[in-house]
Amino acid sequence: MTYSALTLLREAFRGHTGWKPAWRSPKPAAEYDVIIIGGGGHGLATAYYLAKNHNVGRIAVLEKGWLGGGNTGRNTTVIRSNYFYPESVALYELSMKLYEGLSQELNYNVMFSQRGMLILAHSEPEMEMAARTVNAMRLNGVDADLLGPEDVRKRAPILNFRDDARYPIHGAVFQGRAGTGRHDAVAWGYARGADRQGVDIIQNCEVLDVIIEGGVCKGVETNQGVIRAGRIGAAVAGHSSVLAEMAGFDLPIQSYALQAFVSEPLKPVIDTVAFSPSAGTYFSQSDKGGLVIGGGLDRVPSYGQRGNMPMQETVLSGLVEMAPAVAKVKLLRHWAGIVDVTPDSSPVIGPSGIDELFINCGWGTGGFKAIPAGGFLFAHLLASGTHHEISRPFDLDRFTGGHLIDEGAASGIAH
Amino acid sequence: MQQFPCPFCGLRNEREFHFAGEAGKTRPDTTGKVSNADWASYLYTLKNRKGEVREVWMHRSCSELFILRRNSVTMAVLGHEQLRKDVP
Amino acid sequence: MSGFRVNAGGLIDRNKPLNFTFDGRKYSGFQGDTLASALLANRVRVMGRSFKYHRPRGVWGAWFDDPNAIFDVTLGDVTLPNCSATTTPLVDGMHARAVNAFPSARFDIKGVLDRFSRFMPAGFYYKTFMWPNWHLFEPMIRKLAGLGHLDPAVINDYQSGQHHIRCDLLVVGGGATGLAAARVAAEAGQSVILVDDHPEFGGGLYRQGCDVEGQKPASWVKEHCQAITAAGGKLMTATTAFGVYDHNMVALAQDKGFGKAPDLWRVRAKRILMATGAMDRPITFINNDRPGVMSVDGAMEFLGRYDVLAGRNIALLSNNSFAQSAATVLQEAGAEVRLLDATQGQARALGGKVLRGVELNGKRISCDTLLASGGLTPVVHLWRHAGGKLDWNAEIAAFVPGKALQGMVAAGAANGTFDLGHALAEARAVATGKTTAKQPRTYQITPLWPEIGSKGRQWIDFQHDVTLKDVELAARENYVSVEHLKRYTTLGMASDQGKTSNMAGLAAMAALQGRAIPEVGTTTFRPPFVPVALELYHGARRGQVFNPLKRLVLENQHRAAGAALGEYGGWLRPGWYGMQDITREVLKARGAAGIFDASPLGKIEVMGPDAAKFVNFIYYNTISTLKVGAIRYGFMLTEGGIVYDDGVIARLAENRFVISCSSSHVDGVSAALESWRQDGNDPDRIFIHNTTQNWPTVTVAGPKARAIVEQLKLGIDLADFPPMTWRDGVFQEAGVRVSRVSFTGDVSYEISIPVALAPALWDGALAVGEPLGAGPIGLEALSVLRAEKGYIIIGKDTDGEVMPHDLGFGIPRTRKKAAFVGDRGLHTDKANSKDRRQLVGLRVPDSADAIATGAHLVETSGAGFRSIGIVTSSYDSPTLGHPIALALVERGATRLGEELTVWHMDQQSRATVVAPVFLDPKGERLDAG
Repeated sequence: MTYSALTLLREAFRGHTGWKPAWRSPKPAAEYDVIIIGGGGHGLATAYYLAKNHNVGRIAVLEKGWLGGGNTGRNTTVIRSNYFYPESVALYELSMKLYEGLSQELNYNVMFSQRGMLILAHSEPEMEMAARTVNAMRLNGVDADLLGPEDVRKRAPILNFRDDARYPIHGAVFQGRAGTGRHDAVAWGYARGADRQGVDIIQNCEVLDVIIEGGVCKGVETNQGVIRAGRIGAAVAGHSSVLAEMAGFDLPIQSYALQAFVSEPLKPVIDTVAFSPSAGTYFSQSDKGGLVIGGGLDRVPSYGQRGNMPMQETVLSGLVEMAPAVAKVKLLRHWAGIVDVTPDSSPVIGPSGIDELFINCGWGTGGFKAIPAGGFLFAHLLASGTHHEISRPFDLDRFTGGHLIDEGAASGIAH
Repeated sequence: MQQFPCPFCGLRNEREFHFAGEAGKTRPDTTGKVSNADWASYLYTLKNRKGEVREVWMHRSCSELFILRRNSVTMAVLGHEQLRKDVP
Repeated sequence: MSGFRVNAGGLIDRNKPLNFTFDGRKYSGFQGDTLASALLANRVRVMGRSFKYHRPRGVWGAWFDDPNAIFDVTLGDVTLPNCSATTTPLVDGMHARAVNAFPSARFDIKGVLDRFSRFMPAGFYYKTFMWPNWHLFEPMIRKLAGLGHLDPAVINDYQSGQHHIRCDLLVVGGGATGLAAARVAAEAGQSVILVDDHPEFGGGLYRQGCDVEGQKPASWVKEHCQAITAAGGKLMTATTAFGVYDHNMVALAQDKGFGKAPDLWRVRAKRILMATGAMDRPITFINNDRPGVMSVDGAMEFLGRYDVLAGRNIALLSNNSFAQSAATVLQEAGAEVRLLDATQGQARALGGKVLRGVELNGKRISCDTLLASGGLTPVVHLWRHAGGKLDWNAEIAAFVPGKALQGMVAAGAANGTFDLGHALAEARAVATGKTTAKQPRTYQITPLWPEIGSKGRQWIDFQHDVTLKDVELAARENYVSVEHLKRYTTLGMASDQGKTSNMAGLAAMAALQGRAIPEVGTTTFRPPFVPVALELYHGARRGQVFNPLKRLVLENQHRAAGAALGEYGGWLRPGWYGMQDITREVLKARGAAGIFDASPLGKIEVMGPDAAKFVNFIYYNTISTLKVGAIRYGFMLTEGGIVYDDGVIARLAENRFVISCSSSHVDGVSAALESWRQDGNDPDRIFIHNTTQNWPTVTVAGPKARAIVEQLKLGIDLADFPPMTWRDGVFQEAGVRVSRVSFTGDVSYEISIPVALAPALWDGALAVGEPLGAGPIGLEALSVLRAEKGYIIIGKDTDGEVMPHDLGFGIPRTRKKAAFVGDRGLHTDKANSKDRRQLVGLRVPDSADAIATGAHLVETSGAGFRSIGIVTSSYDSPTLGHPIALALVERGATRLGEELTVWHMDQQSRATVVAPVFLDPKGERLDAG
């Protein structure tokens, strides 16, 4: 059924009894053309585009828990394409453009809210770096502005404009089209869209082993039995190394906990996303009113989906330095996701080294914003066996060739 | 706030430690020929195990580098060893 | 009729009346009240509005389990948002306003939204607001959402104290269980900390209204507190254990009073005893959210602690055995109580803002207050924080702590042991590591869960307005995992984080799916247990102490000389002296000499029999051939071949070197050296010692440098002191080391000296220099001086892609035989690419403005431009009288003489590629004079 104000109105008068399941809960078939391991945003988007753009017939998404339950449902929902290298810009700008039409495309309101993002510069050298970034973005066809302190104040008066601040505000890189989206809605919208095209989304289906015969990946063993497929794509984020171990290879990935925080709801205090690389903190305000806060990785590699105090102290003290008035606001909840960090903090999309097994991983701290592009490109790869030109630079082979795409080293923008 | 055992200083706050990488990596002899793949493997490839791991950590306060065995899920510390045993 | 004050022996002090306002009206209460108890005593029922439908709400609970009464509270010049009325102690002069209600909780104009609730079921926003665009609707929705208003003012002295403490046993919860356990443990010689979130110990004793071990609660509590203190235990009230973290660390927030920041205590406990009690859960019935519907536990707490009787004419709806004893206590306090069995049929609250009665099985019972108890739920949050499992106990219809954890144990009501006597026995046993046999319990409960498909609006999550129909809708649409249920309906995401709603929500979902409750499972319990101020995590990590800067030994001298101090590479250093006139300082340095503080330059000594081999491995350049007494410029690389640092290395003796890395990399280089020393080398044959902080450095650079240093009388023959060598000297009887290293292109002496004599050397250099036209220069002038020579600053003129051969230092890459860090990384496909960006200089016409740093060099590509490089440094050169710039440009070294397009903020200009050295290309100034 199509979602609209009209159907809502109609259902309102019949007690909302006519709404249909957003997706089915099918039993897995014995075999598929393509199975995608991981029912997060990337996996679901991949399935959606495989069915829609590439007419692949039998597709299944296997999710060990509940769909969207990994980093898709644990992130701080920032969507942006403020990158330096053309390779990154092409990737994240593709994602941004897909996001811009996503609610209509999926007929599911993902609430992509383009209220802008500020990356603060706290010194003159940082302003020079900011100029370098803004120029790079504009040259790559992405909207960007270099703001002075007064422009920053107009956009985010809650920030710390005192001259004696540890990190005084000299200006900012501003991307007006950046913003936030509703993370769960992205997963659910893609799930519903994929399901409507016949994709089997199988929850509570944990992959226990990867079946490899004669060097070719033939399927997986799960807690719901053996499922075979002509081609397998893995999009399992922080657990990519676990999957790789099952298949017998290693990846250039370290898994870390990345924490996020939300405050009690407040009436609007800030419109944009504000990020201070020096303070190590960024925050925005959700539509519900909570301050949504994030920062750097925990310093201890981890598969434990929970936070630890040292990084909480670092991130939240950074927040209070950025916006001292929020010191009195109360923290409601903190949590963590397990993120897959590559040496250059750029993702990996490509063949795994085992025939018919492809991987989409390494998104680290920035996977949410890339969900549409990750799905779009991975679907292209799974359907054709070859890279889309935008995903080509992100192949695993960049590590042997030395073609790292290290945004952090280039522009001072942390991921 | 975890506590890690420094071989010199005993149990100390995790903030004093720096993760230096997985244990067991040996630098290829670069005076000979090292293939692109071998070099990339040495530099970048990781086991990244879920569960028991052996890692090299530095206690920044005293600069001691040592091997820490711990569980990457429960965060339990399982033991520590001197690094120099790993020197061939 | 609603609540009023009685004499029940509670903890308020009637000799201390306190005045306050709520939504503009004046009220008074007593010392010991909370805002909620004082309002109840003043017969105020409507204390808030719900988040979505703006339904009028009273308090449900009396402590952390109330989701309804949330206020913005002003006291003096401090306004705090989102204060829970049930946990905020009343202070004289408070002005409280219900959040999300205008003009008041009682008359909220947005209350009209409730009439449209049928158009706003769970998740309705996912299905609409898409046409034409979400941006059209979002601003209005943002304004409607949110609770309290944030006062943008910063509160003075609002700083959380930070404490670290350890103990044998941390007891969380100072009720009967916690007190008994803490006493036994303390008297057995354990170091014990007992914390409770109330201002007084006693916990549930005050709401049970019964004696304990033959004593009145107050005297039993007092006796136990005294005994614990006498045995060396530590007692903390108004302190919430809000999270359990790795390695048995518990975080406590200690309330310091309204408007004061709470203190953070990090407790490392060998064992944690969770004695956090249990809370009442709501019953899901029609209009169960009406003001006047309250938990039995809450009403008992208001009575026992605050002497407030919830109502005169009470109906008590329950499915468990505590109801009878509660009814007795309430009757004794003066209420008429009608006990109703909730399991006998569907109930409906009657009335609107004023409760009129309750209908049960079609039978109307009038009452002014409806107390409900759906059974006790142990408070197990900390158990889950610690990773403990929960077991479903069907006998009490609740989740209880499962198998004991290492270092953590539960007792009393938190462990499902609801009978006081049993709880005390359990507490005393587990406190000393023993166990008790389970006693037959007196608590009886007939499980009562939401009835699927039943009529009417029945609230599951009060604050977020999630009703049973919303849960049914979620199930209908297949959002059936508990996490999907939570996220789709927002059930459990309100400021009480599901304390009142989760059980009913998951029971409803279990029933909808025909599964047992434990099969459905719970959502994850996350810290903090109750909301805590963000300041708690901030504390002393603030202002200039947040990422503190390193300070120079000579800071006082610089300040005296009028230096403008700023951050440079993690140090507080002089940017310039006096008026900001960089040109004057540059010309002074070129005309006579610049005297500058180079103390942050690294001085890391490497010693030992393997030192020479080691530094040869560390450096890109060959160091093994360096003669004693000589200095060499070189790079340190990452293993990927990227230039990590540049600097000089001096050979002090056959087996002793000093590495002078760049000032911002001292810690990184030290750590890297230590890593390589211990991993892959014999650490007994190499010793690394970072002496940077011990050796301040004063540099004199310029044509008059030699004349100045001559007058400092360092005992060095300057005539026999060529560039890139070092000499030992003496200044005022202290040994100094002087290096002929230049970062300006002029004659230069870097004089490193023990800390104590650095001020004398600085003053001496200025004293002899100033008559010669020399003077102090800051980092800004130095930056221009080095750029005139094309000397790079790592991280400014390089980025994470630059390799030494991009900077014109290609020889070791192809010639050095020994292994070195980064060697193999210099031969990847990318490293071998012809299209690498290389360091060049840029010239523009003399009359043109300097190019903006951060500008790009571009070539046309299709309809637009492609970046082929970046301008990394750019200045008006005072020495040369024209602009200069350094840039990284694709194939830059092959482009000398080529004119390129400069692109900055959509503006284009032209510049010519030149060699990256503008002044004195032959280096004649380096040894002039």
